[in-house]
Amino acid sequence: MASQSLAKIITEQPFFVGLEPGFCDLVSGCARNVRFEDGAYLFRRGEPADEFFLVREGRVDLQIATPGRKPITFLTIGDNEIVGLSWLIPPYRWSIDAKATGRVRAIGIDARCLRGKCEADHHLGYELMKRFMSVLIERLNAARLQALDVYGVPA
Amino acid sequence: MVYRPEAVNTRRGTADATVPSVARVRRRWREGPHTWTLELEPEDGELPQFAAGQFNMLTAFGIGEAAISVSGDPGSKGTLVHTVRAVGPVSTALATLQSGDYVGLRGPFGTGWPMQEAQQRDVVIVSGGLGLAPLRPAIYHLLAERQRYGRVAVLYGSRSPGDILFRRELQRWRGELDMDVKVTVDHAPDDWRGNVGVVTSFIPRTTFDPANSVALVCGPELMMAFTVSALQDAGVRDEAIYISMERNMKCAVGLCGHCQFGTTLVCRDGPVLPFDRVRDMLTIPEI
Repeated sequence: MASQSLAKIITEQPFFVGLEPGFCDLVSGCARNVRFEDGAYLFRRGEPADEFFLVREGRVDLQIATPGRKPITFLTIGDNEIVGLSWLIPPYRWSIDAKATGRVRAIGIDARCLRGKCEADHHLGYELMKRFMSVLIERLNAARLQALDVYGVPA
Repeated sequence: MVYRPEAVNTRRGTADATVPSVARVRRRWREGPHTWTLELEPEDGELPQFAAGQFNMLTAFGIGEAAISVSGDPGSKGTLVHTVRAVGPVSTALATLQSGDYVGLRGPFGTGWPMQEAQQRDVVIVSGGLGLAPLRPAIYHLLAERQRYGRVAVLYGSRSPGDILFRRELQRWRGELDMDVKVTVDHAPDDWRGNVGVVTSFIPRTTFDPANSVALVCGPELMMAFTVSALQDAGVRDEAIYISMERNMKCAVGLCGHCQFGTTLVCRDGPVLPFDRVRDMLTIPEI
């Protein structure tokens, strides 16, 4: 029953729109509902990337911590957006921190479970990869714009 | 250099748009790092009316002249408001003027935001950095004539929380119940509770009718290019997207050619231009 309702939630998420129902079932088979309180970390840099998240409600700050300095937030993730991409490629470790700002409700997806299903069914893997590539490119472009510091005072 | 007002043409309404009149700095206040707002009043006569989006040529006597957008309320009379970022000799001289100092004034020049065409439509304002300054008159206008427009969204991107321009006004506009105001910064310390990321990320998260919207965009050119792409992805037509171009204005009346941008002269044909008019030129680096 829980898996059925998760499948419905996943089907309705913009990220999964158009995904074959059978594939949605496969994804939901690896999913669970999770909740994080304000200030809790969804994951931290260096940890194994064994679960990524689809935010249903709330905000997650993606941060980079530098020794001796306060963490810098470089991206805020909101409703219906993905938190965590490093689960896709070896060595499957997080390179950043993800911290809840306020209460966050999300779907957690077991990365090992989903990787296994993608390996077993490359059609599912390709469908998911296309969706994640879109997120990756969007964030890469955003990171380029941020790195260029276009709002800064010209040197 | 000591300015002598009797040495400068102070007549208003002169037919020669290349001759500055004289105004005084009434007030000056800091907006953020390197950025100041000047409120000008006429030395004599009246200040010209302006349309949201237009610019004036301001002279720092003895230093030079620069094109600065009007950032004040087009509905207010008696003063002119400009927001200046100190980046070069002229803008630094302007930004450091004190109350009572003289400033040369020519204008207003150029095209304004399409406030008439935007009536009865949703208005999406996307601004980055100092680009909020030329858009602020349009926001004042929208607030004054709120019933004439559909949904209004103000999306603003800044470098960091400390660089946010017009902070108190953004807070006030956010309090309006019929206006969607979103602010983001490129990077932030841990104690910032607001959004971090590029301003374009707000576009898919904002409610508006792309088929019946007008988008007003101002900011660094690269930011505008990304914004236009996001607006196109959302379904906004090119002819409904307006951008404010920045080029090196000198004469401001379409004579000298310093601000030439392909087939347009930004001082005369812009600075506000429909995107479909400049679309093909924006991708040519040599222009």
